[in-house]
Amino acid sequence: MSSTTENIITVKNLVKKFGSFTANDHLTFEVKKGEIFGFLGANGAGKTTAIKILCGLSYPTSGELSVAGFDIYTQREKVKRNIGYMSQRFSLYDDLTVFENIRFYGGIYGLGKKEINSRTNDLMQRLGFEAARDKLIRDIPLGWKQKLAFSVAILHNPKIVFLDEPTGGVDPITRRQFWDMIYEAAHNGITVFVTTHYMDEAEYCDRVSIMVDGKIAALDTPENLKRQFGAQSMNDVFIKLARP
Amino acid sequence: MAIASVHVHQVTKQFNGTPALDNISFDTGNGELFGFIGPDGAGKTTLFRILTTLLLADSGTCTVAGYDVVKDYKAIRNICGYMPGRFSLYQDLTVEENLRFFATIFGTTIDENYHLVKDIYQQIEPFRNRKAGQLSGGMKQKLALSCAMIHKPDVLFLDEPTTGVDAVSRVEFWDMLKRLKNSGITILVSTPYMDEAGLCDRVALMQNGRIMTISTPGEVISSYPLSLLSVKAGDIYRLLGELRAYPGVHSVYAFGQTAHVSFSGQQIERQQMFDFLKSNNHASVEISVIEPSIEDCFMELMNNPVEKQTN
Repeated sequence: MSSTTENIITVKNLVKKFGSFTANDHLTFEVKKGEIFGFLGANGAGKTTAIKILCGLSYPTSGELSVAGFDIYTQREKVKRNIGYMSQRFSLYDDLTVFENIRFYGGIYGLGKKEINSRTNDLMQRLGFEAARDKLIRDIPLGWKQKLAFSVAILHNPKIVFLDEPTGGVDPITRRQFWDMIYEAAHNGITVFVTTHYMDEAEYCDRVSIMVDGKIAALDTPENLKRQFGAQSMNDVFIKLARP
Repeated sequence: MAIASVHVHQVTKQFNGTPALDNISFDTGNGELFGFIGPDGAGKTTLFRILTTLLLADSGTCTVAGYDVVKDYKAIRNICGYMPGRFSLYQDLTVEENLRFFATIFGTTIDENYHLVKDIYQQIEPFRNRKAGQLSGGMKQKLALSCAMIHKPDVLFLDEPTTGVDAVSRVEFWDMLKRLKNSGITILVSTPYMDEAGLCDRVALMQNGRIMTISTPGEVISSYPLSLLSVKAGDIYRLLGELRAYPGVHSVYAFGQTAHVSFSGQQIERQQMFDFLKSNNHASVEISVIEPSIEDCFMELMNNPVEKQTN
């Protein structure tokens, strides 16, 4: 992998409270540049809350956070410009064509017309979607949407891309093709921050953190976690941790 | 006891010219736990909606516990429990109000059938005065199952009950299903998670509106037509590429930190592949012969569909 020792995300003592409920309870971790970082946890463990804060969509209650080199309190707009985001519910517009979606996102991230055109052509060719360029999103297969949503999320060459359960519901072959794209992005220096409920996918990550009840209960390479918990697979690690 | 089996014969359904179900036929046994395994778009939800009388097929026939889904739809609605894929309880009613509501519309009470849902409902009973909308994913799922069970159905349809649910809650959910099955109820369950197939009596592997195969999980695995190696080496990304170019290789798929390599017969010598990877500077190469998983079988069927016998 092309991960380095340089930190692209630094989180120190992140706390987020909703009234008396503590969703994130003193999270501390770093993500290295170019790393594929798996962010796992049971439903309700506090993953989504933390991701929203890292993406600059919600303020922490307390803690120090730097994302892509910018402070999460004072430089939120810069954070947003330097990250990409893809969620399980596709962020593509169903009633726009493939090209219109790309143009829309390119425009939002400030790419010029020429830039958008050349990146679109490049993308269509790489994905083998030339014939689908003018098709409505609602008319293309789910697997294509997924690949396109990911490509659009990194169209502006962000430093980090956040993927929130990107592979839910797709067939096993498409799921693996999608991970090929993730590897490729990481090879090109984009840091990948990913959540998933597929535990085999956790093993594709360079490092994995597992949240339990608002805290990070474990963080290491999949290999070390399996050794630490005497487990055969990440699924076993997860079950041991999340059901104490 | 009613004959609570499900028969489906040559069912087809299209939406705007796109086939959602393409000539589907199967029969479930009485008291069977029958799984429909496949990704989004396989047709699982459409099939369940037809069987629960919420949607009409374009052609073909279906019976549930001997009742025809068109002619006898009222009877079917009384004997079926249905847990739709999307959480569809009343978010602004409490846990207990939801359960009472479902009991009442089926003309029964919580007390009368409490024993049926006890195991599951007990786990959420401490929150019985909480609004359903404020429950966690795992708890919503338990409430939805309780509501689908409270009228003592003969057949239970569970549409992707574990989608989006974490690995721990999934294990708990399947434990609950096993206990339910022991009470004699017929259960049809759909899931996109291949590893859940092994927990069913029989499974239908579905893709693009078709059933690729119907068997017990053991038979699905034993009819895998290829040999399979599990290969592990330092850099998985590079490993996948090199294995795909290796002579005689049929397919290469990542499985966690290992690659599964399929080939026909005896075409690949394990030691030869080991030496090849060593000479390509892979660190700590491990190769072992393995049994396929349901996921290996599913991918092979997607690539090379077997012509299904028509009964």
